Amino acid sequence: MQIIDLDQTNLRQANAQLQSQSNGANQTEWQILNPKGAHAIAVGLDAPINVTVEGSTGYYCAGMNKQARLRINGSVGPGVAENMMSGTVIIEGDASQYAGATGHGGLLVIKGNASSRCGISMKGIDIVVHGNIGHMSAFMGQSGTMVVCGDAGEALGDSLYEAKLFVRGAVKSLGADCIEKEMRPEDLAEVQALLERAESTAKPSDFKRYGSARKLYNFDVDHAGDY
Amino acid sequence: MCGIVGLFLKDPSLEAALGRMLTDMLVTMSDRGPDSAGIAIYSKAAENRAKITIQSAHPDQDFAALEADFKTTFRQSLTLQRKNSHAVFEIPQNQIDEIRARMREAHPGIRVMSTGDNIEIYKDIGLPRSVAERFDVPLMQGTHGIGHTRMATESAVTTMGAHPFNTGPDQCLVHNGSLSNHNSLRRQLQREGVVIETENDTEVGAAYLTWKMQNGSSLGEALQSSLDDLDGFFTFVVGTKDGFGVLRDPIACKPAVMAETDQYVAFGSEYRALVNLPGIAGAHIWEPEPATVYFWTH
Amino acid sequence: MNKPPETAAAPRTEPIQSATFTPAVNAEIRRAAATGIYDIRGGGAKRAVPHFDDLLFLGASVSRYPLEGYRETCDTSVTLGTRYAQNPIKLDIPITIAGMSFGALSGPAKEALGRGATAAGTSTTTGDGGMTAEERGHSDKLVYQYLPSRYGMNPDDLRKADAIEMVVGQGAKPGGGGMLLGQKISDRVADMRNLPKGIDQRSACRHPDWTGPDDLEIKLIELREITQWKIPIYVKIGATRPYFDTTLAVKAGADVVVIDGMQGGTAATQDVFIEHVGLPTLACIRPAVKALQDLGMHRKVQLVVSGGIRNGADVAKAMALGADAVSIGTAALIALGDNDPKWEAEYQALGTTAGAYDDWHEGNDPAGITTQDPVLMARLDPIAAGRRLKNYLKVLTLEAQTIARACGKNNLRNLEPEDLCALTIEAAAMAGVPLAGTSWIPGAETPF
Repeated sequence: MQIIDLDQTNLRQANAQLQSQSNGANQTEWQILNPKGAHAIAVGLDAPINVTVEGSTGYYCAGMNKQARLRINGSVGPGVAENMMSGTVIIEGDASQYAGATGHGGLLVIKGNASSRCGISMKGIDIVVHGNIGHMSAFMGQSGTMVVCGDAGEALGDSLYEAKLFVRGAVKSLGADCIEKEMRPEDLAEVQALLERAESTAKPSDFKRYGSARKLYNFDVDHAGDY
Repeated sequence: MCGIVGLFLKDPSLEAALGRMLTDMLVTMSDRGPDSAGIAIYSKAAENRAKITIQSAHPDQDFAALEADFKTTFRQSLTLQRKNSHAVFEIPQNQIDEIRARMREAHPGIRVMSTGDNIEIYKDIGLPRSVAERFDVPLMQGTHGIGHTRMATESAVTTMGAHPFNTGPDQCLVHNGSLSNHNSLRRQLQREGVVIETENDTEVGAAYLTWKMQNGSSLGEALQSSLDDLDGFFTFVVGTKDGFGVLRDPIACKPAVMAETDQYVAFGSEYRALVNLPGIAGAHIWEPEPATVYFWTH
Repeated sequence: MNKPPETAAAPRTEPIQSATFTPAVNAEIRRAAATGIYDIRGGGAKRAVPHFDDLLFLGASVSRYPLEGYRETCDTSVTLGTRYAQNPIKLDIPITIAGMSFGALSGPAKEALGRGATAAGTSTTTGDGGMTAEERGHSDKLVYQYLPSRYGMNPDDLRKADAIEMVVGQGAKPGGGGMLLGQKISDRVADMRNLPKGIDQRSACRHPDWTGPDDLEIKLIELREITQWKIPIYVKIGATRPYFDTTLAVKAGADVVVIDGMQGGTAATQDVFIEHVGLPTLACIRPAVKALQDLGMHRKVQLVVSGGIRNGADVAKAMALGADAVSIGTAALIALGDNDPKWEAEYQALGTTAGAYDDWHEGNDPAGITTQDPVLMARLDPIAAGRRLKNYLKVLTLEAQTIARACGKNNLRNLEPEDLCALTIEAAAMAGVPLAGTSWIPGAETPF
């Protein structure tokens, strides 16, 4: 186990150590101590290593993550795992706004609640939230899947493209062009698989599916009020 | 664009350390606001007494002149507690208006930073740590306080442009964000007779709240109607004699983190500002919802 | 037989077109009534605004001595990004190629830009759609745009870049974004951007994960951590409040500030946005420079100006007003062959004419530059076009040097506002230089 104590090591050195790990890395187990709300912890990683952060972080934890598996034993600030490409990021606590923003791949799990704009502009990332998500979540979501065991705030999936949204609890309101859709066998299977990977015991059949109505895909003057 | 911190103490045993804790929180937010900093601390004045905090660019001569004038005009001794370019003094509550009028008339070089039974405001240009040390903030005690570090957006970096803004007795406001209709609102409030001194959008927000309350709204109602009348992005933290309040605009892009324990309620623009508070590991941490007024009072 | 006088042809009143309801305005009203949607086009502001043509240089005379061309050197090099980066960008000429996306431009056009810029010793910039292998391959120095859309954004490309350009906005549409209807995207572009094929494009106006300079500061630190603090980060702003915006960009940690005036082009946006929002390029330079000077950061954070740079005189004037470099977009495309009169018959068939063609989003560009159509794309030979760009950049540089030498400068950077005068009151006020033949600078009493 490699230990990085942010009370002793500065952020640049910490990130440099983690970023220099590559595919054949000998050191696969890493622990970061004393994050104390610092920003940009463990960003730009690109190796199949396991990293545990003991405490809560600031903005952009695990930004642009590739391959690495991170677990944060605390809460995270805005933009966790933003633009993640692959790998796994698990937050034991809550996440602030923009969680998983523009993520291209990988799995982001939030065991507590996520704030507003969860999954904004998602581009292939999978996000599972055990708790609630805030307003404007999945705004302009292009692809990927979001599974929410709790409730969703206002304007869910506003201007949605092809991202798939599953919510078990109440949805305060749906955004422009986002509608409820039927749960098909392949959706139940997909939700089941994601919940398992996300360490959740929720039942897929309790979820509803939401997706794009696709009315904004090609402009129609008679729907101009929707824009 | 800025950093905000706030601390409301439930446990009186922490009151002696209020200034130290607030300074620590404030300094953590320096990156968000390197231009200027300010702090409002609430602690009780003597019975029937109110406090005025003042500032001058020439404190030696202006404060001496004030002391001399006080003896002759009001036949009272003025005990000025001097802190660098600022000073605070207590006066009889029923003489506030009279004294303020005299100050305006005879001591135009002295700016009033705050008036109220409990409030003191210190603010100046410079990095948060040096501003706090300049005014001995770490030594201050009190029941609650708010602090602000400023990165000026559309107005100048000046002492009076720093937050908090005090436009009513014991009331102050700090702001993170950028109001987009502040010019029109300023003109409207000025037509209503409200005095606004700077081009700063936050001062307009503060003046708006005070004007609403002068016209009968409670603070909560004034904050609620600000959601309709103010346009732009804002996280507001307001201080009053007994407590403090938090409001985020409906879009809620500017950050806000709160922490609560049996001993305190704390506010920070970033979680980083809260990490050294006692018992933070077990605190309830949450983010205020948009367009929702939150309030704590003693 | 004589006609009676009352039936002879009487003089008629002259038909007068309204200066308010012009033929163009009326045509637009009819188009709007027919379609129910705003007009979308490419390019920058077309209407006349005060520009560099309204400024003149004061060459050498009795009090000032000129430099001989060729023998007495006039240095044109510039280094961008000296503030924080380990590897700032050294350019041979103070003219860069502005961000234009693959998607808006064809692959061969991007290749041509890379070839020409590299031959001239300068950089190109990616656009809204990410970095293509061709562009990275052909551009010796490549700036990677970081946009609100984040199409194609990934850490590998970020690390392959020579610099990052954080796009807050652009001159054609400061504050812009929104539902951009009618801009179709090709299959290749749809794949690259991870969008369904054949749909109307939408653009976000804010970045998805930060709002405001206090959060921007944190975002820039994240980007530096991902790229190991090696490369410079530019912050690009559409000109609106250049004094405040430059100040905030510096406080947020920018290595370079890029300010784009309203004449700066775009691939496609609402015409009403292009023509009615923003500032003329001439008006944004002095406030931006003053902001840098007030912070003690002039020349330490470099300023790049873009929007309607066309010739070496424009380059020299922008630098005389305090810019460290300029950036060209539209001019580069014209050098490649955009809007060339040799395609006039095809422009006419499209209902336009050479020089006016701006419906680039429809993908019918006869010059093969702003299109993804394989037949049209094949009309542009990237090697020949690259050579044309190199030639043009060379001329811009020589012209700027000629002017600088005439003003007695051995370095383009030594041009200063006092080398200029203005032909109009507006230009004098905007540029902060005196009206020609006088010492009067309008507005100087109320400094910014």
